[in-house]
Amino acid sequence: MAEVLVYVDHVDGAVRKPTLELLTLARRIGEPVAVALGAGAADTAATLAEHGAAKVLTHDAPEYADYLVVPKVDALQAAVEAVSPAAVLVPSSAEGKEIAARLALRIGSGIITDAVDLEAGDEGPVATQSVFAASYSTKSRVSKGTPVITVKPNSAAVEAAPAAGAVEALNVSFSAQATGTKVTGRTPRESTGRPELTEAAIVVSGGRGVNGAENFAVIEALADSLGAAVGASRAAVDAGWYPHTSQVGQTGKSVSPQLYIANGISGAIQHRAGMQTSKTIVAVNKDSEAPIFDLVDYGVVGDLFAVVPQLTEEIKARKG
Amino acid sequence: MSLRIVVTVKYVPDATGDRHFADDLTVDRDDVDGLLSELDEYAVEQALQIAENADEAEVTVLTVGPEDAKDALRKALSMGADKAIHVEDDDLHGTDAIGTSLVLAKAIEKAGYDLVISGMASTDGSMGVVPALLAERLGVPQVTLLAEVSVEDGTVKGRRDGDAASEQLEASLPAVVSVTDQSGEARYPSFKGIMAAKKKPVQSWDLSDLDIDEDEVGLENAWTAVDSATERPARTAGTIVKDEGEGGKQLAEFLASQKFI
Repeated sequence: MAEVLVYVDHVDGAVRKPTLELLTLARRIGEPVAVALGAGAADTAATLAEHGAAKVLTHDAPEYADYLVVPKVDALQAAVEAVSPAAVLVPSSAEGKEIAARLALRIGSGIITDAVDLEAGDEGPVATQSVFAASYSTKSRVSKGTPVITVKPNSAAVEAAPAAGAVEALNVSFSAQATGTKVTGRTPRESTGRPELTEAAIVVSGGRGVNGAENFAVIEALADSLGAAVGASRAAVDAGWYPHTSQVGQTGKSVSPQLYIANGISGAIQHRAGMQTSKTIVAVNKDSEAPIFDLVDYGVVGDLFAVVPQLTEEIKARKG
Repeated sequence: MSLRIVVTVKYVPDATGDRHFADDLTVDRDDVDGLLSELDEYAVEQALQIAENADEAEVTVLTVGPEDAKDALRKALSMGADKAIHVEDDDLHGTDAIGTSLVLAKAIEKAGYDLVISGMASTDGSMGVVPALLAERLGVPQVTLLAEVSVEDGTVKGRRDGDAASEQLEASLPAVVSVTDQSGEARYPSFKGIMAAKKKPVQSWDLSDLDIDEDEVGLENAWTAVDSATERPARTAGTIVKDEGEGGKQLAEFLASQKFI
């Protein structure tokens, strides 16, 4: 069976969920071979094997942490040359898309980004994308070279599928460009204890209607009752009520969770562009005319400061 | 020596308009107004600020696109860019990201550059891959997705805010930079700027000016193919209730029915 390379996104050996989702999709088109780079790469093997990786190619070098993007491209290129895969799958993070793009150019292949689904086709993998603020769904394929496809988080369920997960060392020689952009400092994001916004199964967002930084506590309390990530609309971010890293929308992050709860968000097209692929959409807003209500599966017209705390209490009560 | 800055910009269909596909599954540009991609305004702004802080600098805006794309160049010129280059050729219709990066890279090389600045992504395709592709093609460092950028003594420095960490980056010029919407609000063109823009030079190049063969670009030669585009069916109308004291409880009931709690 054809091998499919899966680029592993991990932090010191802890594999992030979107990579496990990629293994599920990879199994539809071939046999997954994972590529894990940097500190802790070998520690990823057990988790990857549990989720279907037949092989785990690993390589560690200081270049992965000390320089931007290119060392990872060099390594993935080495893996492509070693394996001759039927496709290369990469998580659709900002960095993942950059790695995938440079790789595609080098190996003479086309690239598809932000796929939300993937299936085997007669002429190679077929990727579904959601475009124009999710008003269209397209099916595309790479027509030249080895398909390089980046896939959005939450595009597939994580499935256990035990496989060999044999660890093999990858031989990598770095290119002249590898050391071009130095990382001279790194400040880890302070952990909120909540799931990462783009990966979360549930996202609870606040907008202009939250009306103040201190009021975001109401949104956070609801999020915590559901084990959700917190998002914010651009209006809330621009007002300085919540950090930009939490912005959902066209110029912020794109999310597609199982459940999206919009509170005090009117639903401007720019916001919709970032959340419209959410599976179930719920909104609480005072304005019954707010465009967000056109998208919802369930909406409450009312004051979020009455509705949201009541909802939070009810969730806590039901969860016991 | 003068610092030569090239800003790549894109003319995109207005996201608030009703965007759809043409018969050949490319974006239908006839039915919706176009404008300078909002995320590129941040690139123009940072280019102007870097130029203002340099001893001597020249800012050139570059776009690849149809006739109307001149509007995007005019906007950038009215903000304060010095000159513009418009790459236009009928054979470019349907060119994908890989092909576009070839055209941009050839044009950037022909124009001469020390620094290329792009927006983080276009607001239509929103792939966010062109800056990385340009760095790969030009063989220069990529210093991308910067929320903060500065240039001094032939070195570009910046801050990149990732999911896990905020990184300080540094590279020697020439380099390709991309900036996010956190890099600083873009200025509005002044009346004087708008008047001045009318007199600024806009150079037009076609594929032969860039030594690009027609079989390297265009829809037929794209590296990816769109097989179908389906308009998403309108969502079936959801349940909407008015809060009369029980709204939160009703919502909890809905979430429970969907097995979220």
